[in-house]
Amino acid sequence: MTTTLTPPPVDVSRELYGARLPTWGPRAVITAAVAAAAAAYAVGVNLLQAALLAWVICMVLPLWSAAVEGRRKATDRLVTTLVSSAFVLAMFPLFSILWTVISKGTKVLSAEFFTNSMRNVVGEGGGIYHALVGTLLITGAAAVISIPIGIFAAIYLVEYAEGNRLSRWIRFLVDVMTGIPSIVAGLFAYALFVLFFGEGVRMGIGGSVALSVLMIPILVRSTEEMLKLVPNELREASYALGVPKWRTVSKIVLPTSLAGIVTGVTLSIARVIGETAPLLIIVGTTDSVNFNLFDGRMASLPVFAFASQRNPGIPPEFSIDRAWGAALVLLIIVMLLNLIARLVSYFFSPKGER
Amino acid sequence: MAKSIDVSDLNIFYGDFLAVEDVTIPIAAKSVTAFIGPSGCGKSTFLRSLNRMHEVIRGARVEGKVLIDGQDLYGADMDPVNVRRMIGMVFQRPNPFPTMSIYDNVLAGQKLNSKRMKKTEADDIVERSLRSAGLWAEVKERLDRPGSGLSGGQQQRLCIARAISVEPEILLMDEPCSALDPISTSVIEDLIHELKTQYTIVIVTHNMQQAARVSDETAFFNLSGVGKPGRLIEHGRTEAIFSNPTDPATEAYIQGRFG
Repeated sequence: MTTTLTPPPVDVSRELYGARLPTWGPRAVITAAVAAAAAAYAVGVNLLQAALLAWVICMVLPLWSAAVEGRRKATDRLVTTLVSSAFVLAMFPLFSILWTVISKGTKVLSAEFFTNSMRNVVGEGGGIYHALVGTLLITGAAAVISIPIGIFAAIYLVEYAEGNRLSRWIRFLVDVMTGIPSIVAGLFAYALFVLFFGEGVRMGIGGSVALSVLMIPILVRSTEEMLKLVPNELREASYALGVPKWRTVSKIVLPTSLAGIVTGVTLSIARVIGETAPLLIIVGTTDSVNFNLFDGRMASLPVFAFASQRNPGIPPEFSIDRAWGAALVLLIIVMLLNLIARLVSYFFSPKGER
Repeated sequence: MAKSIDVSDLNIFYGDFLAVEDVTIPIAAKSVTAFIGPSGCGKSTFLRSLNRMHEVIRGARVEGKVLIDGQDLYGADMDPVNVRRMIGMVFQRPNPFPTMSIYDNVLAGQKLNSKRMKKTEADDIVERSLRSAGLWAEVKERLDRPGSGLSGGQQQRLCIARAISVEPEILLMDEPCSALDPISTSVIEDLIHELKTQYTIVIVTHNMQQAARVSDETAFFNLSGVGKPGRLIEHGRTEAIFSNPTDPATEAYIQGRFG
């Protein structure tokens, strides 16, 4: 028996152009969701429930798409919606923190706030000069200690010890160190300094050591990743010119990855500059300016904010305002550092690749 | 100036794996020798062992003798860094240093070794090297521009200029044209003809016509199976290898019947 197989006639236009939601569809749904949430908020529903309402309305989009466009596109829209809402959810804490700190912190910012210490200040007035100096000195010293150690360790791991047993151990320990709670770093620094200076020691440099313990693993990891990104061909090109290994590392590998390394350094500084617990243990706090890292207590912005909030005195509001002010200044410093990291990676990245 | 190479009973290992077995080949000074053969037969590995670039890879080692004008390359008192200053190399993919200008790329060999020289001397070297590499006319107006901004063929000629600016005795080229278009390729082949008067050149190529065009001597490498070491099957004058090979495998490869 023979059968002739005639394919059913295909309507090309139908095959290629399925039904589609209008291009304004997604935007319309989002606008409707936001409008509904705003309206609900206006009539007294609380913010959380209003946001939830908006999210539920957004879920109309995949359903609508399923009805019009079919299953594949509906799945696409569903996943897009889920991913976007995860992003929005992640942005909430960020904007919430920024908003709170900025709205509560800006009112105390003044020239006086930056140039006065808290020495002999009760109630209104005073400033964060002493804490600013302390934070910059302690973090600066921490950077001076950890940057060479971190970068050299990373160079060792990538350039000199690829895959040997020692490097695997170092990598493992660095990973463990990344997870050290900051309070443990503070206790370590305190225990170390007690060995030399006896019980009850308070020193800015101790805080720097504690911060270095936190900074070094971050630096090693980020620098390592940056060095690994340098193509092996460049190293080989350099060796083939009869350049010794150490010159290859210092003149080819490091300059090529400089932008990434500097970014890593800046971000690691930003990471530790807000640490409170270790400084509380080994540095303490004070009301006066102390420029000497090696002698006595020093104030720092995070500890100052903590202490002002904890023991505000009577009346409390001035002290609490100063705590918000210190938090805002800290936030600004961190943002400036991030900005610097951006600029550095822009200006230092290899020419021709921008 | 140029030096001859004399390889005898060379075995090349990656760890325990024998990659190239028992190579014996003389390479005359001021000649162009082409290595041909199927992929994975150890041509590049062998080439890299000629300037001790091979040992840059972890676990790689070599047994046997490589004599450069009678001096053992793998002798105990030989410094690989000095060896590589004497024997330059051009790689398959152009690899100019991205952080340096064209000018600095040409002088990389000197600059990276912190050799001090006068500005006029440096300018001379740059111009001479770029002229030899046939790139001078194209880049003389923009020597301070980054080397990575050039086209692929220009970058490869920049790498050749970089390799010859340190005045090596021998120039090794590992498939220098495989990433280039026919025009850039012919520029580089002309260049090889000119460089032959000053340098001993060894070139690895997958392009049979290229081997026939540029080389005086040809060596054919082959491997008997996957996981087996590569071997030198035969070598000789290029005309002889291409017109009248002694080994049937060579003939089959040259005629394109396998590989």
